[in-house]
Order: sequence, then structure tokens, then C-alpha cells
Amino acid sequence: MSHSQTETGAPTEQGTLAAALRNRNLILGGLLTLVFLGAALISFVWVPYDVTQMAIANKIKPPYAEHLLGTDHYGRDILSMLMVGARTSIAVAVLAVGIGMVIGVPLGLWAAAKRGSLLDEVIMRGNDLVFAFPSLVIAVMITAAFGPSATNAIVAIGIFNIPVFARITRSGALTLWNRDFILAARVAGKGSARISFEHILPNVLNLLIVQGTIQFSLGILAEAGLSYVGLGAQPPTPSWGRMLADSQTFISFAPHMALFPGLAILLTVLGLNLMGDGLRDLFDPKLRRGRT
Amino acid sequence: MLRFTLTRLLSLCLSLAVASVVIFAAIEVLPGDPASIMLGVNAQPDTLAALRAELGLDQPMAARYLDWIGGLLRGDFGISYTYRTPVVEMIGDRLAVSLPLALFSLALTIVIAFPVGIWAAARRGSVADVAIMGLTQLGVAIPNFWFAMLMVLVFAINLQWFSAGGFAGWDAGLFPALKSLTLPAIALALPQASILARVMRSALLDTLSEDFIRTARAKGLSRREALWRHALRNALIPVLTIIGMQFSFLLAGGIIIENVFYLPGLGRLIFQAISARDLIVVESVVMLLVFAVIVVNFLVELAYAAVDPRLRAR
Amino acid sequence: MNLLDIRNLSLAIHGTPILHDVSLTLEAGRILGVIGESGSGKSMTAFSTMQLLPQGAEPTGQILLDGQDILTRTERDMCSVRGREIGMVFQEPMTALNPLKRIGDQVAETITQHERVPRRTAMERAAEALRRAELPPEKFPMSRFPHELSGGQRQRVVIAMAIALRPRLLIADEPTTALDVTTQAQILALLKKLVREEGMGLMMISHDLAVVADMADEIAIMQKGRVVETGPAETLFREMQHPYSKALLAASTHAPERGAEVAETPLLEVRKVRRSYALPAKTPFGARREIEAVKGVSFTLKRGESLGLVGESGCGKSTLTRAILGLEEVQSGEIALAGAPVFTGHKPNPEVRRKMQVVFQDPYGSFNPRHRVARLVAEPFHLLPDTPRAERDRAVAEALEAVGLSAADGAKYIHEFSGGQRQRIAIARALITRPELILLDEAVSALDVQVRAQILDLLADLSDRFGLSYLFISHDLSVVRSITDRVLVMKSGEIVEEGPTEQVFDSPQHPYTQALVAAAPVLPDDVAA
Repeated sequence: MSHSQTETGAPTEQGTLAAALRNRNLILGGLLTLVFLGAALISFVWVPYDVTQMAIANKIKPPYAEHLLGTDHYGRDILSMLMVGARTSIAVAVLAVGIGMVIGVPLGLWAAAKRGSLLDEVIMRGNDLVFAFPSLVIAVMITAAFGPSATNAIVAIGIFNIPVFARITRSGALTLWNRDFILAARVAGKGSARISFEHILPNVLNLLIVQGTIQFSLGILAEAGLSYVGLGAQPPTPSWGRMLADSQTFISFAPHMALFPGLAILLTVLGLNLMGDGLRDLFDPKLRRGRT
Repeated sequence: MLRFTLTRLLSLCLSLAVASVVIFAAIEVLPGDPASIMLGVNAQPDTLAALRAELGLDQPMAARYLDWIGGLLRGDFGISYTYRTPVVEMIGDRLAVSLPLALFSLALTIVIAFPVGIWAAARRGSVADVAIMGLTQLGVAIPNFWFAMLMVLVFAINLQWFSAGGFAGWDAGLFPALKSLTLPAIALALPQASILARVMRSALLDTLSEDFIRTARAKGLSRREALWRHALRNALIPVLTIIGMQFSFLLAGGIIIENVFYLPGLGRLIFQAISARDLIVVESVVMLLVFAVIVVNFLVELAYAAVDPRLRAR
Repeated sequence: MNLLDIRNLSLAIHGTPILHDVSLTLEAGRILGVIGESGSGKSMTAFSTMQLLPQGAEPTGQILLDGQDILTRTERDMCSVRGREIGMVFQEPMTALNPLKRIGDQVAETITQHERVPRRTAMERAAEALRRAELPPEKFPMSRFPHELSGGQRQRVVIAMAIALRPRLLIADEPTTALDVTTQAQILALLKKLVREEGMGLMMISHDLAVVADMADEIAIMQKGRVVETGPAETLFREMQHPYSKALLAASTHAPERGAEVAETPLLEVRKVRRSYALPAKTPFGARREIEAVKGVSFTLKRGESLGLVGESGCGKSTLTRAILGLEEVQSGEIALAGAPVFTGHKPNPEVRRKMQVVFQDPYGSFNPRHRVARLVAEPFHLLPDTPRAERDRAVAEALEAVGLSAADGAKYIHEFSGGQRQRIAIARALITRPELILLDEAVSALDVQVRAQILDLLADLSDRFGLSYLFISHDLSVVRSITDRVLVMKSGEIVEEGPTEQVFDSPQHPYTQALVAAAPVLPDDVAA
């Protein structure tokens, strides 16, 4: 209960590391994320089998000693495909989060600095408008215009990320603008741009990291969905979503083809979400105390 | 309340107008000449010219936009180039699948998420709470189309309770039609229900730590009574926001799920239209989806005002 | 038998001891004041009596209400005790009510929770409770929502809820801390009246000695989870034994020694300043309304002077402060520091600003938590032309030492400091540009009384050493009285009275000042000396 805090005093900030180590979500999520990041990185130097080589003779084999996760309808090794596919997923999601942050965060800071002005209103209404185009719809529009590709998937997911980051930045910044330390900076003659970057941004960074993790996981889900319907990365670039699309025809007699790519997506997204929750728990005492 | 509704309505119209400009610009201006895109690189110059005239592309852009918008307002979405039928009829047929699917899955989402979220919040920290939150964590992470495929494998192929895909049609009767939408609706709803249950739980827990809950407890309400009578309604505000966003997601996410189940909905239509380069259809379907999202957001804002008297006063 | 008899109450939360052997008694129709600084355990004592403790709390001992031990009761039993036998009033009326429910329904809920009565009867009795709380439904309809009421009115709703069933015990936890002084006086009078007329026992928790001294029959002083002194209110202040009680009393009445030398030259001149804000129009196309926050204010602050500016919330003192600091331009009028205007050509003048610094109220919100103290203190250097690094470091070290900290503290982060230390750092930050004037915006209001006394001493000392002038903005009359030479009284955007501090407080002329002075709680004369 809230009243206990004033009486017992706020928790100390020392022991952040200890708190991180006690945070089960963070550890489990971090480990899962590391596994997939590792798989993607290793795939640059080594994969069990070449994913561009077809081996029709060896097609649709359930898991066995030589192919730990089995083979697909072209006889390609599913484990190798997953490792290379992780690169696509991660690249698309990272770049889409990057687009969202690079454009959304300054917009949010700017709107908060000019809160209540016409500019703020225009930025926020613009955000609402982008929200009315779910990333899938944006992807459909872009594809209709330019044809399908991984780049379009990045742009489509990235555009949808902009209002997400703009909103969270603005709302975090708005509470900060009411704080006395901002007033103190203004008394010291600092302008709103300088205050935004020197005082506001470092204090909303936690929020952004947590949101970034969540958007990263949503990006992986969205990329998989777009690839599944053929709007994402095109062949021969392996991607998890298209592996699932390919598996659909064979699902009744080769369920392993559908099982492993799906599990890869599930575990990656789960890992990122757990990490996001863990980070939030880790940051929260600080944020909460900041509000008093 | 009237003033609130009016200003919101004004902003709704403004959003729709801007959205229509964006869609129009994106489809008609950015990629160059729609006629040559429709016909492909090998088109004959005279066919191209004929199509341009038919599409009205020889007119100035502003005139084309007004023509398009005027048509939309009259319910005339134009004629599909590939199918040679009015777009509005094609959309109408497909909407009869997509809209019920979205509503069905939204209903499932709410029916699952509310009890689960409330139940977990009331038992915060218990084994049940931890277990439920773990499950929802899985639900959030699961790709819905993969989940759909797994359900097909289990319930259609192995157990044969449902058919693996296709739509029975409303003419076949309500029950067969709903039955063919059931697996798709569950596939769409489960991840969304997981999200909503988590939001419900955390919104309730936030509200339960508010001062007025302590006041209610000091009046003699038990923890549970305070939750039902005071916390729930206050927690609805963030929950409503998410429901609004989810509806748009369900409508758009349906596009993918329809592919898994071979449902003749808007999603299938849009992919057929893209591969046939039928831009009029793409444009109209996108506009319709955006229209639905904006209207739902408007309804959500009205719902806020119904819940919160502070908004009504403004 | 006593109404309430707390015997050897100890409390630990998750193993951390909070209360140690607390024993208190209260008779029906009497008022027990429980005084303590933050962390003394006074609120936890109240919540123990309600059995509304945070999770992981383990109380031991006895809390007897009419001889029945509350600690042995089940949670279900307690639900029938809370609201019916014990009512409670909280500190923060702005958040204590459910924002989505009508006030009448919220009061009626106390009744329907405990008695099976038809809704109409419950509403009639709710109306009666609101009348007893002096918020008559004839004037304030029960269909109102909390946001349509002021803080004081909301507190009356909370009181009506607490007394609706005429409980025998009422607990009030800092019931007036969040309210203005005139509202505070009304709420305190109401509580006193309810106790006398209805024979309730009142346990009144407060950090403010004067508030409690004014109304309590018995007083208990708490420190670090223990009761260090109890006694009847009339004699306690004269006969206190415990060193902590004595220190607390001394700090409450502390007036720093000042060797003030007020020159006749004006330092800050404010002439006919007006500032109004546009409000959103009522209808989408209606005319925009304006609210005038400051209506033509003029005053002069002399070099070396400590000038007080008092007024209640919403009187315009915050707007005036921002205008003086050059944070917002005024619509008309002039503000000049040492002859130079704060604003030149719509731009704040950095040359003028550097001679003027500010200390804010909230020691927790005044600093960027991500910067080290040295950087925080150095921030106003932004106003000066580039200063060499070494010179800055020396200035920061000097400023920290001047406020009683050490130069090494500059390398620490702000969370490593207590509230009082943070306020010292805020003062160091204000000193860094060697200003002539410091605005103290409620600068000691959030501090416990002993810390407050130390900060006031520090301010007096710095004023002597550096020849500083102060503009002391506060709602707290006793603080203003102890540190200012002259005082301005502000109400509704205007200065209604002005004069030497002693004179204004001892013989106020304007009716508003008179009301303000009369409402301010004071310690009995014989101890205040």
C-alpha cells in the first residue's frame, strides 16, 4: 500500500545488480534472447548445412541424428534455416524499432516541450492517424505500390512504431516537465531543446528501453506474419514466417516443419517479453520514487 | 457531454478526411502511373490510354480525389478492373465474413480476458495468479497464424471436429456459418485475450493501490467488495483503450488468419487484388479498414466519457 | 473502561520493526493528539487500529476497543468494525474519494454496508451525515462528483462517510495537512465540534505541534516507533521531560538569529504587474475566457531585506514567482532587479537572471536523479560566460561547504542524501552564481520541524555572510514570521496588506489578513517564548 512508503522510507538504489540477479523474468528472458541472438550471429560463420543447397532426395525428414530438427520439402536442414532466418527476423525488428525510435522519440520530446500548443496537437493527431493504419495495412499499401520485400516490411513496421514511441516519450516527458528540476534548469537559462536532451531524455530512457523490448518482440511477430502472407522477405532469403507458410501444405504428414519455426518465434518473443517485464520491474522502484 | 461528443465527432471527420488523402496519395501518386502498374510493363500504349481514360487518370489530381471521395460518400466505390463488378458489392460479400469474424473474436477476447484478469488480480501473488500470468505470457508470444495451424492439425485433421478451412456461408444457416468461423476466431482471440487479461490485471492492481480504495476499506468493505464496487470501473479506462486498439488489430489480423483457413473475407480479397494489381479494390479495402478503426476509436472515446464524469464536464 | 486502549503494540513489516511497545489510551468524548516527524510510526499506529496494514505486517500486543482486542479479530469481523465502530479520515482529500461515484452514493455506502436499509433511507441518512459535516445537500447536491468540489469540501465528504454511523472512535490521519490554513481551521473546528456533541473519541495524527496543541486533550509524542512522552495537553508542553520532545518543541518555535542590515536602496522592483491566462472556450466556437492570476501587483524589496509573501493556494503567488524569475513574460508592468529589467525585448536577460536564484519546495523533485551533485550544483553556470573548469570545480566545492556539506559530496548522486541535505544542495545551487536575491518558494514546507529549523538557521547565516536578500514565499505564517523583516499578504491576485512582519501579524488591518492570522494554529503563549 502506498502509505507504507512514506513511513518505511524508499528502498535504496544500491544492489541494482543484486536485484537484477534475483529477477527471474529478466534472467530467463535474457537467456532466451541470447540464444537467438547467438544463433543468428553464429550463422554468419557456420551453419550445419548450406541453406541454399537443395537435396530433394532427403526431403521432409522428421528429426534424426544428422538433421536434428528434420528437413523441409526441398531437403534443406530446418535448424540451419532457423539460424539464418533468425537474422532476417532480428534485422527487420531492430531496424523497425530503430525507425520508430529515431523519429518517434524526438517527436515526442518536441510535442512535450511545446505541450498544449498547436504543434503538440498536430503531432499527436498525426500519431492517432498512423495508429488507424495497422502495420499490416501499411504493408499492404506499400506492397501494392512497390511490391513485396523485406525492406517494405521494415518500413511498414517502422512507421507503425513511430506513434508508439512518440506517445510514450511524450507522456513520460510531460510528467517530467512539471518537476522542479526542470524549473531549476529553466531558471539557469536553458532552452527547451537543451532541457529535452539534457534532462528529459535521460529520464525517459528506462521507459524507452522497456518499450523498445516490447516493440522488438512485436516486430518479430509482425515480420513473421508479413512473411507468412508473402509480404516480407522474399525467397531465397530464409525467414521464419515463410517457413511456416511453406509447411502448411504438408502439415498433416510433416508437422515438424510447422512446429520448429513456430516454436522459434514463440520462444524469441517470449524471451523478449520476459526481458521487458524484468527490466520494468528493475526500473520501477526508481520511477515510482521519482513520482513522489 | 454534448460538447464532448461534438468535438470528438469533428475530430473523427477530420481524421477520416486526412486518412483518405493519405491513402489516395499513397496509392495514386507515389508509385507512378496506376494504369501501367495494372497492365504490367508490356502493356500496349493504346490499351494504356484507354485504361487511363476509364480510370479518369487524364484528369487533374484534385478532381480525381474529389471524384473518388464523392463516390465513397455515395456508396460508389468504382468498378473493379479485374472482375468488372462494382467494388462495393465485392466488399459487401467479403465483409459478411470478415466483420462477423472480428466481432466474434472480440467477444471471445473479452469473455476470456475479463474473468481471468479479475480473478488473477483478486488473488495477487497466489499460485493461481502466477500460473495464469505465465500462461498469458505464452499467449502473448504465440503467433496467431501458427496457433491456427496447430488447431487445424489437432481439431480438423486429427480429431475432425471442424473442417480445415473454407466458409459454410450464411445461407447454410447460423450454426454451420459460426462453426466455420470458430477456429479462426479462437486463433485470433487467444493472443489478444492474453494481452487484455494482463492489462485488466495490472489496471486493477494499480487502482487497488489508490487512496480511495483505502477509504472504501475504512468504510468496512472487504477487499473483494472494494475491488468489485470501486476498483473495477476505474480500471476500465485503460482496458477500454486496449479494446479499441484490439478491434483494429483483429480486423487487420483477420487478413492473415483468413489465409490459414481459406476464408473468403477481405484479407483474401486484398491479396487477390494485389496480385491482380487491382488498385481500386486495394484502395477501397484499405479505406474501409481505416474507417472502421477510426470509428471504433471514436466509440471508445464516447465510452470513456460514459465511464468518467470528469471527461463529460469538459 | 477506556474507549481505546493500545497496550504494548509492536509492529514489524516483512521483518523490519516499525513500532515498539506503543501504549496509548483514549476516552470517549476526548481527543488524543499523536505527534511525530515522518518515520515516527504515528500513521502505522492508526492503521494498526483499523487493521488496514500493508501485506507482511505482523502486529503484536493488544489494541482494545471497549475492552475487545482488535488484533484477535478475524478480517471478516473487522469489516463490520470498520466504518461502524471506527471511522477514519485521511490526509489527501483529493484522492480519497472514488472519482467515478457521486458523493451521496459514497456516503450512503457506509450505511448500506452495515445495515439492511432501503436505498431511500440510506440516502436520507447520508444527507444527514453531510449536514453534520457542514456540507448541506441543499447547497452541495449529493449528485455531485468529487471533482466538482474543492479540497476542503471533499474532506467534509470523507468526514461525513466516517461519521455516518456515529462510530465511537474516529481516527484522523493528518486531516488538514493538504489544506489551506483557513480551510484547516474550519475542518479542525468541525472535528472538535463532532467530538464534543456526539461523544466520539478522536485520535488525531499530526506532524504539527500547534495544530494538536489547539485541540487535543491528551498528547502523545512519538519518535522512531516509540511513544516518548504522553500527558494532558494543558501541562505537557511545560512539563516535558524527554529530550526529543523538548527538541521538537524548540524547533517548532525556533526563530533564527539574524544580523540583518537593510539598506535603503531597492533591489527588486515590481511595478503594476499583470498576468492572465487564457482558458479553453466553453463551446467550440465561443469566446476564449481569461483568468487574471496577478492583477497589478507592485512592491519593492530592499537590499539585504528578507521579504515574506504569504497567501493561500490559487492566490497568484506562484505565477508572480515565475514572472519574477523571468520564466514567463507578463502582459503589463515591470520587474527590475538592481535597476535592470528581467525581460528585455521579450527575452529574459541572462545578466539579470544570474543575480537571482531560487530554491523550490520539494527536495525530491528538484534534482535530476541521473546527474551527480557537482553537475547539479553547477547548472546555473549556464547563465555565465564560459567559466574555466577548475574555477567551476572550486566554486562548487565552496558552495557545498558553505551549506554545511563537503566538497567530496559533489561526486555522489542525489538519492544518497536526505530531504534536509537535498535542500542544502538546492541552496548551494542557488549560491553558485553569487546572486544578490534568492527566492525561497515554500523552501522549508516539506521538511520535518527539526530539519526546518536547521535550514532556517543556515539561510540566516548565509544572508549575513554573503549579503543576500530573500523573497520568502510561503503559506506557513509561523515560518514567515520567524525569518522575514517585512511581509506582503496576497489574495486573489492582489496584495491586500503590506508592512513590517511583527506589525502585520500582531495587528492585521485587512479582514483577510485577520482571518489568516486567526486561522493559523499557534502553540500556547507560555511555551512559545
